[in-house]
Order: sequence, then C-alpha cells, then structure tokens
Amino acid sequence: MNEHLLSMHDVTADDVIRILDTAESFREVGTRVIKKVPALRGRTVVNLFYENSTRTRISFELAAKRLSADVINFSSGGSSVSKGESLKDTALTLQAMGADAIVIRHSSSGSPFQLTRWVRGHVLNAGDGTHEHPTQALLDLYTMRERLGRLEGLRVGIVGDVLHSRVARSLSFGLVKMGADVTLVGPATLIPPDAPQWGVQVSYDLDEVLSKLDVCYLLRVQTERQRLEYFPSVREYARLFGLNRSRVRLLPEGSLIMHPGPMNRGVEIDSDVADLPQSVIEDQVTNGIAVRMALLYLLLGGRHGDGGEAGDG
Amino acid sequence: MSRILGPDDIRRALARIAHEIVERERTEGLVLVGIADRGDHLALRLAREIATIEGAQIPVGVLDITFYRDDIGMTAEAPEVHETRIPFDITGRTVILVDDVLFTGRTIRAAMDALTDLGRARRIRLAVLVDRGHRELPIRADFVGKNVPTQLGDDVRVLVTEVDGEDGAVVQDGPAGRTIREAPAVAGQEESA
Repeated sequence: MNEHLLSMHDVTADDVIRILDTAESFREVGTRVIKKVPALRGRTVVNLFYENSTRTRISFELAAKRLSADVINFSSGGSSVSKGESLKDTALTLQAMGADAIVIRHSSSGSPFQLTRWVRGHVLNAGDGTHEHPTQALLDLYTMRERLGRLEGLRVGIVGDVLHSRVARSLSFGLVKMGADVTLVGPATLIPPDAPQWGVQVSYDLDEVLSKLDVCYLLRVQTERQRLEYFPSVREYARLFGLNRSRVRLLPEGSLIMHPGPMNRGVEIDSDVADLPQSVIEDQVTNGIAVRMALLYLLLGGRHGDGGEAGDG
Repeated sequence: MSRILGPDDIRRALARIAHEIVERERTEGLVLVGIADRGDHLALRLAREIATIEGAQIPVGVLDITFYRDDIGMTAEAPEVHETRIPFDITGRTVILVDDVLFTGRTIRAAMDALTDLGRARRIRLAVLVDRGHRELPIRADFVGKNVPTQLGDDVRVLVTEVDGEDGAVVQDGPAGRTIREAPAVAGQEESA
C-alpha cells in the first residue's frame, strides 16, 4: 500500500481486495457488544475538515475510536483557521503535535497532496474539491461486493452531476480498476468532457440504460456547487434523471440502488424509492466505518518509513 | 528441515487431547475457540473427536488475534487480518483456546485479551499441538500434543490439510549466527502469523 490515500490511483486492484477483505473483519468487530479493538492504541488521528460534513467526519471518528486511536477533530469554524491561518501553518502545528494520520476534507482539489509535503504522518483524502473521495469509493465497492458477490463485470450506472462529483470520479476509477462496466448518465452539461478517457461509457438517457444495470448509483444534485445554468430547473432534472417507482421497475431483478448521501429526496431519488429493500444506502454508511477502520489499520499498522521525508518545511 | 510430526502423530495427539479434555472438563458449557489460521482447524477436529467419545456437540469458534498483537506498527506491513467468528456467547462458559504452536506466549496473551472483550468466560484453558518452549510471558498449556525442544531461532510450523494440503509439523533450523537479541521479534511474527 501507498503511504497515503489521496486518490483511487494510489491503490492497485490487489490493494483494493486487501482493503475490502480487511474491512470484512472490521465489520465483525462492529457487531460485537464491545465494538473496540486495541490495534492503534497510542496513535493520534486528526480529522481536519475545511468543509461541512457530518457522515464522513463521524464515520472517520468512529473508525479511529474503534481502533483505540486518539482522535482530534479540527474543523475550520471555531478554530485558528477562522482567524486566517493557512493550511500549511495548520499542518505544521498538527505535525508538531505528533499526528500519526491526518484525514482532510477541503474545498480545494489537491490540498491533501499539498499536505503530504508538509507533514510526516499519513494523509487520507476525505474529499477534495471536485477531485476525489477515495474512501467513499472503497465503501461503495465493499457494499457492491458484499451484496452482489463480485466487482468484475458488474454493470454500474453513475447518474447525475458527474462533473462536480469527486465521488463519481473516485468510484469510476475504482470500478474500472476492478473490471466493472461503468456508464455515466446525466445531462450533457454535467458529464465531464474527458470522461471517455476514464474507461467508461456515457449516456444521456437514463431510461435507456436502466434495464442493463446491476447497480444504479445516484449522485446528489449539489445545489451548493450548482451555478444553476447546468440544467434548466430542478423539476426538469427530477423528471429526466430522478429515480422514481416507474424507473425502478426497469431495473433488472436483484439490482441495487445506491447513493452517497445526503439525499435530496424528490430530486435525484424519490422518497419511497430510497426506502425500498434494494436500496442499500444505510449499508453504505455502516460499511463506511469498517472500510475506514481497514484503511487506518493498513496505513498505520505497518512500520512507518524513516519519518524524515517531510518536504520543504 | 526435519519433520517432527506426521499425519498419524497429529491424529493420535488430537485424540489423546480430546480424551484429556473430556476427562478433566465437563462437556456441559464447554466451547472450543481456535486461533486463526491453523488453530481453528485443529479446534474443529477436536470437537469431532469429543463428539465421537462423548456424543456431545461442542460449539467451535474461530478467533483472529491480529488487532490485539503487541507488535502492530513494528512490522514492515500491517499484519494480515483473518476472520473472527464466534457465534455463541462465551460468558459463563469454559473456553478451550486451541492453537498450533505455543512459543513466546504472546499470541495467547493477545487471544485472552480478545476473549475478554467478547465476554466473561468462566475459565479459559489452553490446548496446543506443539509446545516448543522459549516462553516470554508466564503462560503454560493445559493440553499439549507434543513437547519439542527447539533453538530460539528455529522455525516451527504445523501443517493442516485444510490450509496446507497435508498434515504434519516441521522444524527448520534458524539461520546460523542469528543472535538471541534479534531472534524474538522475528520468531514472534511467525508464531502469530
């Protein structure tokens, strides 16, 4: 395994299998009365969140705590960041405090990579701008493998605002790496022009692809990133690309409905569809803890290099 | 490399341990927990032997001790994780821990910590196929298949058909010139791997 997890390009197919297999053991820990093991006792994990996030931060926090690591939550509001401290100075401070791993979410693509130049600890990307969100992709791969028994040859449709979605990028890279067939579906304005180079297919018509999917993965319509000119109206989006009951009927028997959350019920997914048995959105959340435990364990559980490689300081 | 146990030796040793277990422990409330990834297979065989002797069905679980190891972060890569599957409550039960090789005792220390997190066993006993000595902790086995004198740097391996395709136990001499100071770390990895 690479020393950091910044992108799905940092892991090989073998790494992915190792991560998912390890996560399976941590799933078992999550079913115990005492959901905690001493594996990372004495290590410090810092959650450095420059962007709002509930589930990812809590998931990482719970993962680290269940491994007995000490967790420090550092969010931009109510910290020295609101006083104007730069990422670099914050990083150096955390470095001086002896953080073994830093989990970072930031609105700027590439900031986790920047961080690796300043700190000695392991860096885990918990979402950077419109770039990547590799831990989400891994928990999605875990959920698909768990439910459908394989990843190779799976037909996965990723539907919605692919252009702004770090989840879609990481998931596409991960799925293609594992030999799945990925189709990106959405309005032409929201499909990145370079998508064909990812090794995926593109469609602008959801109804046409639904019958050929094992997994229908819906992306959140990101109103906070939406400059509104990408599609005429939310209502039209919902009509053309929202998953409703009648569209669910087009999906093959046994296929899954997934969503990275938080959902906009009534926009990309109808409320009653989100609550169908084939929708595994809650599983994704539960599996997220196990997958993040596996990642922290695999990154922090080996001997850490020489420690002298922190860059130009 | 020399063979210390053949398939028949292992079969006889397990049969004897099974007899000792039913003689000394009540089968009521008895459970077997094998340490992955050889001890679990030995535990299943012991349970079959006990079923033949006493007609009692003894529940069998498998325990992975990786998360409880005391050398996490000291090996180059994070130690490989196996599955833990103990589909019964150990609280109030007599738990017989089953492992292939007893060496430093560190694996057993980890296993007892892991068991403690799973419930409060009434008592914990230890059954091993091979005791090779060189304990680093005050731990001893209650049931032993064979005591094998070894050098600290030697590599002792139990093979089981389910994993290795054959039954047996072999000793490989440690590399010449290995000092006692550096041997335990290496041997400790082998023992709990």
